[in-house]
Amino acid sequence: MDNLLTLLTPDLWNYVVRYGLIAGIAIAICAALLGVTLVLRRYSMIGDGLSHVGYGALCVASVMNLAPLYVAIPVVLLAAFLLLWLSESGRLKGDYAIALFSTTAMSIGILFSSKAGLTNDVSHYMFGSIIALNENDVILCVVTAVIVIAAFLLLYHRIFAVTFDQNFSKATGIPVHMYNMVIAALIAITVVMGMMLMGTLLISALIVVPTLSAMRLCRSFRGVVIGAVCISVGCFVVGFFTAIALDFTPGASVVVTNMIFYLLCCLIAKVRGAE
Amino acid sequence: MTPLLKCDNVSVQFGANTVLDKLSFHVEPGDYLSVIGRNGSGKSTLIRCLLRLCPLTGGSITTAEDFKSSDIGYLPQQSDIQKDFPATVEEVVRSGCLGHHRILPFYTKEDKAEAEKNMHRLDICDLRRRSYRTLSGGQQQRVLLARALCATQKLLLLDEPVTGLDPEVSAGFYNLIRELNQQDNIAIIMVSHDMEKGLRDAKHVLYLGENDQYFAEIDEFRKSEIALRLERELQAHSHLREVKRNG
Repeated sequence: MDNLLTLLTPDLWNYVVRYGLIAGIAIAICAALLGVTLVLRRYSMIGDGLSHVGYGALCVASVMNLAPLYVAIPVVLLAAFLLLWLSESGRLKGDYAIALFSTTAMSIGILFSSKAGLTNDVSHYMFGSIIALNENDVILCVVTAVIVIAAFLLLYHRIFAVTFDQNFSKATGIPVHMYNMVIAALIAITVVMGMMLMGTLLISALIVVPTLSAMRLCRSFRGVVIGAVCISVGCFVVGFFTAIALDFTPGASVVVTNMIFYLLCCLIAKVRGAE
Repeated sequence: MTPLLKCDNVSVQFGANTVLDKLSFHVEPGDYLSVIGRNGSGKSTLIRCLLRLCPLTGGSITTAEDFKSSDIGYLPQQSDIQKDFPATVEEVVRSGCLGHHRILPFYTKEDKAEAEKNMHRLDICDLRRRSYRTLSGGQQQRVLLARALCATQKLLLLDEPVTGLDPEVSAGFYNLIRELNQQDNIAIIMVSHDMEKGLRDAKHVLYLGENDQYFAEIDEFRKSEIALRLERELQAHSHLREVKRNG
């Protein structure tokens, strides 16, 4: 308890906890919403792949003294579209395209940063630095969340249709390709923002795990979407404050909280199934 | 009668590989066309062409004036993705209505009524709150059929609809299709590799062979060389199975 009391001076509350909390909740919502469609379409690893691409871009940017986000976001967007195009045209099957991309980008990043010496920035992006956010980062996170939530509210039924059955949707005249592009773009931005908070290695957990938990508990698509958002935000808040109280790394703490909740959901589903 | 859908010399090539070669046939309102052929004979490609998912390398597909290609109700083969998809029956059926309007972010009253009517028609109202993944294969097909009916009242395109269903359920499903065809006057295009049952209710047949193709009315088809040859093959096949079984 010592930690919590010493940490929560008003100043710190303002600059660290509040920023981290707002940005974290915003990204938790985005990741959960987008995670539902990714997991159900068997693209779970795309978050992981894109975050590695983002990491590579950030390394290159910081070595070359460019603003990291302005390099990473376009690069990751490009990677997301390329992956989408590859999987849609059937040129490469989804999963090894991702493996290829992520390792290539990552190694290029490491190559650059090892030449220049691993800087503090670069290691921040590896493990996340929720406490080192500035006002701009927070605003960017919130704007991302607003866009993602608005997209889901407006396109909810179409996202369902495209996720459930692409060919049927195409046949009924839904512009599937456009929706795929929109989803890919939103994922790219969410992944980059999430990397700053959770770290390259952990952002994909935030995308995948809340959906898996919600799938254990809910039988409707709407239920899974709402459930995933609630679980994601809840686990983030619990994990975040646990991290502050016990002096853990926030990103890891949030992911572990999510995993514990997932196991709990599995247990609940088992008990329900046995009844 | 002007045909709903007319294919003229439709050809599709992938590289040097000709998948469909100058294929011509038509579907009239209320028609029942069975497309038969072995795996690899181009059946799936034909479906993709009819749905405008695959570009033609030659020929054309024309539709009646008041009929758009998006008016085709499509019953796809089940994908793996759908097997554990969390969605209620109602959510799936309603999604068939999405082609009706481009921008609205919600379903209209008419959409909901349409979905209701089709769930009623296929006797799946009791299942509406059930999750799609917990249904039996036959029930899932009914749900997807209800969704297809939400998209169209004119033409249904069925891709191997009874794959994986047990014989009793698939017989019931064929009856259901016949009912839709005869009572509601919905034209049917059914792709199947089951020569016997696939042809039972058909009015026209399109046969896709490796090197030949044949389009005819059902009675004419039954008398044709191809039908006789297929029957002989079928008999030889079942004879072979018999021999194998007996040791």
